[in-house]
Amino acid sequence: MQSLTSRAKAVERSPMTFLEQLYLWNILKGMFITFLHIFKKQPTIRYPEQKREFSRVFRGLHVLNRDSEGRENCTACGLCAVACPAEAITMEAAERLDSEKHLYREEKYAAKYEINMLRCIFCGLCEEACPKDAIYLSETFTPADFARKNFIYNKSDLLIPHRINQAEELSAAKGL
Amino acid sequence: MSEQQFFKVIIDNVSIDVPAGTTILEAARKIGGDVAPPAMCFYSKLKGSGGKCRTCLVEVSKGSEKDPRPMPKLVASCRTTVMDGMEVKNITSSKVTDARAGVVEFLLLNHPLDCPICDQAGECHLQDLSYEHGKAGTRYEFQRRTFKKHNLGPYIQLHMTRCILCYRCVYTADQLTNSRSHGVLDRGDHAEIATFIENNLENDFIGNVIDVCPVGALTDKTFRFKNRVWFLKPLDAHRDCPKCTGKVTLWNRGDEVFRVTARKDEWGEVEDWICNECRFDKKKTSDWVIEGPRNISRHSVISQGHYVNTITSQETFEAVNEGRQPKLLFDIHSKSDVNKTGVSLSLIDGPAVSTDFTS
Repeated sequence: MQSLTSRAKAVERSPMTFLEQLYLWNILKGMFITFLHIFKKQPTIRYPEQKREFSRVFRGLHVLNRDSEGRENCTACGLCAVACPAEAITMEAAERLDSEKHLYREEKYAAKYEINMLRCIFCGLCEEACPKDAIYLSETFTPADFARKNFIYNKSDLLIPHRINQAEELSAAKGL
Repeated sequence: MSEQQFFKVIIDNVSIDVPAGTTILEAARKIGGDVAPPAMCFYSKLKGSGGKCRTCLVEVSKGSEKDPRPMPKLVASCRTTVMDGMEVKNITSSKVTDARAGVVEFLLLNHPLDCPICDQAGECHLQDLSYEHGKAGTRYEFQRRTFKKHNLGPYIQLHMTRCILCYRCVYTADQLTNSRSHGVLDRGDHAEIATFIENNLENDFIGNVIDVCPVGALTDKTFRFKNRVWFLKPLDAHRDCPKCTGKVTLWNRGDEVFRVTARKDEWGEVEDWICNECRFDKKKTSDWVIEGPRNISRHSVISQGHYVNTITSQETFEAVNEGRQPKLLFDIHSKSDVNKTGVSLSLIDGPAVSTDFTS
């Protein structure tokens, strides 16, 4: 039969030699390979004391951004939701009242904004689609959890803490 | 004039016979496709419309059989009637595409980049036009014009900054309703659509100005900010209406009717005018007899996620498990605040505000 690859090797079925019948020799050969690994560089790190550096383009947990005056950037235009290939993003929009001008940058804002982290594939298309610089994928993982319901992230989970009103939370979020 | 005279015109190397008195634009629309020039102000159902926006400029390379000289300048195809043997260049002329890019740039001078907020986004003619014919950048360095806000009543929302002054809504009010209470005030840069004395627009057919508006200057206040058009499901529906034909398009999400509009043809023009009662007051699926899904062009963002002629695989779980349903591990409504069952955004009169969500 013609072999499929050039690396194909016929199985040797000749009877074992005396040394092979002892088995000890093959065990020692294997142990020697294991022993050599002691002198090799370790690929593992001691997480969580040690942490690997993120790539600069790492796409992790989403944040909803604020502008320099601390107002929410998101206007609920729905472009992230329409770009989302996993259909993880849902939102409901509302009109800004006159008394809320310091909270939201535009006259329309996202009253509800939810990302289903069970569906999200962290592709970053929402970030690319956003015309208002409102959504970013940060350099953090989505924390593991036992219940599915804890993976529905709403605005309070996603929104970046206010620069002045929530200064402590912001520095905590930055890991400072 | 017992016999109608037919003229032969050649538009972009496609020849067609049209009756005398037809405009180049309408002749091109009969051919259809890319040959038809875009139109922002011309509306075939409104008498006197056209000639304002200059997006439909075409090059006439041969005037007629008798006088074959080309026309010296690009002409507005919505206002120029055809002559026998006329040869017109639309997309085959580089002059036209260049001029059109310039026209789009002019239209966008004062147009705000509101699209993320604007309810018209996704079905906006100016959006399509600038996407197809315009340039990405602007050379305008000055402040865009702003206006004092006018309230046009509980149904119609006016955003004057978005207006391109096509006059369609003025003609609509003139030709469809008994009395027109809005119009274009002032001149030049200050020209604005408004009612001179603060006045609600409340004629039976005034809601049609929302449909004829090519941009988001006049939008439906009952639909304002409720949802984006591409998340809604357009359905053809009708009802027995004493005032109008009652043939509409419903924009549904699930069973909720978010918006009612007239049916629009491939040129974005309404097929039948509808009355205010159908448009603003009948916001329940039970008010309507649904005919079926509306056919939306595959190239429109509205058709995203709407698949046709797909075969869905048969669910076998029930059959092999003696009729048992699969176990639901997590009901999204138990946690999610969006699309809550029992809360209907579509039933709120105006746009939702923060207090609508706290209660």
